[in-house]
Amino acid sequence: MMLSDRRPILLANARIIDPSRDFDIHGDLLIADGQIREAKRGIGAAGVPEGTEVIDCRGKIVAPGLIDMRAFIGEPGAGHRETLATASEAAAAGGVTTIICQPDTSPAIDDPATVDFVLRRARDTAIVHVHPMAALTKGLAGEEMTEIGLLKAAGAVAFTDGAKSVTNAQVLRRALSYAADFDALIVHHTEDPYLIGDGVMNESEFATRLGLLGIPKAAETIMLERDLRLVSLSGGRYHAASITCAESLDVLRRAKDAGLNVSASASINHITLNENDVGPYRTFLKVSPPLRAEDDRKFLVDAVKNRLIDVVMSDHNPQDVETKRLPFAEAAAGAIGLETMLSAGLRLVHNGEIDLMALLRAASTRPAELLGLPGGTLKNGAPADVIVVDADVPWMLDPADLKSKCKNTPFDEARMQGRVVRTIVTGRTVYEYL
Amino acid sequence: MNIAPPSSFVLNRRHLLGIEGLSAAEISGLLDLAEEFVELNRQIEKKRASLRGRTQINLFFEVSTRTQASFELAGKRLGADVMNMSASSSSMRKGETLIDTAITLNAMHPDLIVVRHHASGAVELLANKVDCSVVNAGDGAHEHPTQALLDGLTIRRNKGRIEGLLVAICGDITHSRVARSNIMLLNAMGARVRVVAPSTLLPTGIERMGVEVARDMREGLADADIVMMLRLQKERMNGSYVPSMSEYFHFFGLDAKKLAYAKRDAMVMHPGPMNRGVEIDSAVADGVQSLIREQVEMGVAVRMAVLEALSRNLPNA
Repeated sequence: MMLSDRRPILLANARIIDPSRDFDIHGDLLIADGQIREAKRGIGAAGVPEGTEVIDCRGKIVAPGLIDMRAFIGEPGAGHRETLATASEAAAAGGVTTIICQPDTSPAIDDPATVDFVLRRARDTAIVHVHPMAALTKGLAGEEMTEIGLLKAAGAVAFTDGAKSVTNAQVLRRALSYAADFDALIVHHTEDPYLIGDGVMNESEFATRLGLLGIPKAAETIMLERDLRLVSLSGGRYHAASITCAESLDVLRRAKDAGLNVSASASINHITLNENDVGPYRTFLKVSPPLRAEDDRKFLVDAVKNRLIDVVMSDHNPQDVETKRLPFAEAAAGAIGLETMLSAGLRLVHNGEIDLMALLRAASTRPAELLGLPGGTLKNGAPADVIVVDADVPWMLDPADLKSKCKNTPFDEARMQGRVVRTIVTGRTVYEYL
Repeated sequence: MNIAPPSSFVLNRRHLLGIEGLSAAEISGLLDLAEEFVELNRQIEKKRASLRGRTQINLFFEVSTRTQASFELAGKRLGADVMNMSASSSSMRKGETLIDTAITLNAMHPDLIVVRHHASGAVELLANKVDCSVVNAGDGAHEHPTQALLDGLTIRRNKGRIEGLLVAICGDITHSRVARSNIMLLNAMGARVRVVAPSTLLPTGIERMGVEVARDMREGLADADIVMMLRLQKERMNGSYVPSMSEYFHFFGLDAKKLAYAKRDAMVMHPGPMNRGVEIDSAVADGVQSLIREQVEMGVAVRMAVLEALSRNLPNA
């Protein structure tokens, strides 16, 4: 499975970007024993241990591997859609060196044994790091909190009901209070299911023309506002799982200004696509929360840039033909994203909407900080989870090339500019673009 | 038996999936062709042979009486072999997907498939998977193009024109494919369109679809030449969208008193099936200003025109 052994690696003559230090230089990066040894100008082939593999990275970028804070994987229970193994292949091909998998599995990841199962399966089958988030409530039912302390000890990095919102405010309040004692992060999908109703896409003129029932932005903003008031009541660390609209950004900004311990993610889909991309009922563009208007997209990108939005995640959600080749209203929500999130993000960089440092910070450094993981940095001694990026190489996304078991990508046959050309996990090259 | 039709109109497209995208010339062409079939349908000998040898499948995933009957008669009068399939008897019940159904039917080499489905966009999805012509007989809340065409024909025959008329469409706009198709057809033909409904039944952004919006019947029907009522499903009158049937009838049901807000010579339409006493009073539905029965007659003629115009474009036509 591994493409190379653990010889030291020198990534030479690269542009090295380390968002954990706002560090952007031309130089060399030395990796040995699974760790980053040094990143500086002019290490050169002379100053490296014997047997070092020297890789010329002229014209390319070296950065910390991405940490994808929200990916739905089918294991356990829906291995026909995605396994930890296939997800990790997809991740490696997309420059993601750590996957944070969501507890919406069957059974749900809501007890320590299941956390242990996922960690062991990942150890045995995955080529990148995998850390599960555990369920916030038992069976994701939104009623009783899970064993937060034991789950954290077993290795859960955060607590969430995945794609579901906890509608009972009392349940969330108590969970926030209790989790605070363990310094556990609570990640919450903010959409009021009653306001969603039968809605299937953003509520707008466009939905009306398609004859599809809409989901108002208020479904998200109201839930977010409620949550942030609960955080001010209970304390605790809170993370909004997927913010999609300008109104939610205002609410989030107020909470941050008030000093609450809150953070938020936006998905790569919401910062690169808008509701018009749904076009003639394209179900691959049906995601939850729905794609919003172009103005919202622009505000989200700005929010990533100015750090109001902390994290950009893939929202990877494999769905097969049985759940996608259906009329729009009946199709499942979700799009795969592990393999495309970096290339999609590079579109924004090429368009001048965001700089590479900000994009990489939101997709590696910030998630590591929020989850307490050691990656997301190129500091000496950090784990050697590193990517080499050719920001300019043109390529076309052919669904047949995707490593993911499901091909529900919103970037079907899209022309891309820039991609990962090498992915290194703990000092081993796990992916190379040839 | 075969009187050559004077109109040689060809709908230069493979499918009729909606009114959206049709030009005024195409709509007029279809209406002109339909006029000929109105005459034919009033004769004793109603048969034509223009679809002889053709196979037409009526695939109805949602129950329908008048639309399905109307398409069946239309096809048979043009000489096609018509097969009806409905959800209750089809393998959809056994869990087969829409696309599998499409692929299965396609293998039987039909020339025309008429589809009704409860989901918006479903007919287009099916059309992408078959080699024959597809006619949308209603998809979710999206489009019902033959209904709009028959409404247009009914209006034109009674008012002599469509352009310049004020048409008030009243009722459940949110869930209505009839409203959407009519808004597009009437706009294309130069009519003024006004939608009239309580706010809960008006979809977001409707005012940007080329309509005026009114929320009460007095304002909504003022100066209207045509009052087009829509059906309101019973499950939407239990407090979910409007408080009750009686409150809805009180404010939005069309009775003689409210009809008097419209022009003196205003005509009343309804796509059926009607909820008498809910959205329309029987006295109005059966009154002198009602065109409701004529709409049904026009339905057969318009569907013949659509099938004929599409078939002229089929391979080997």
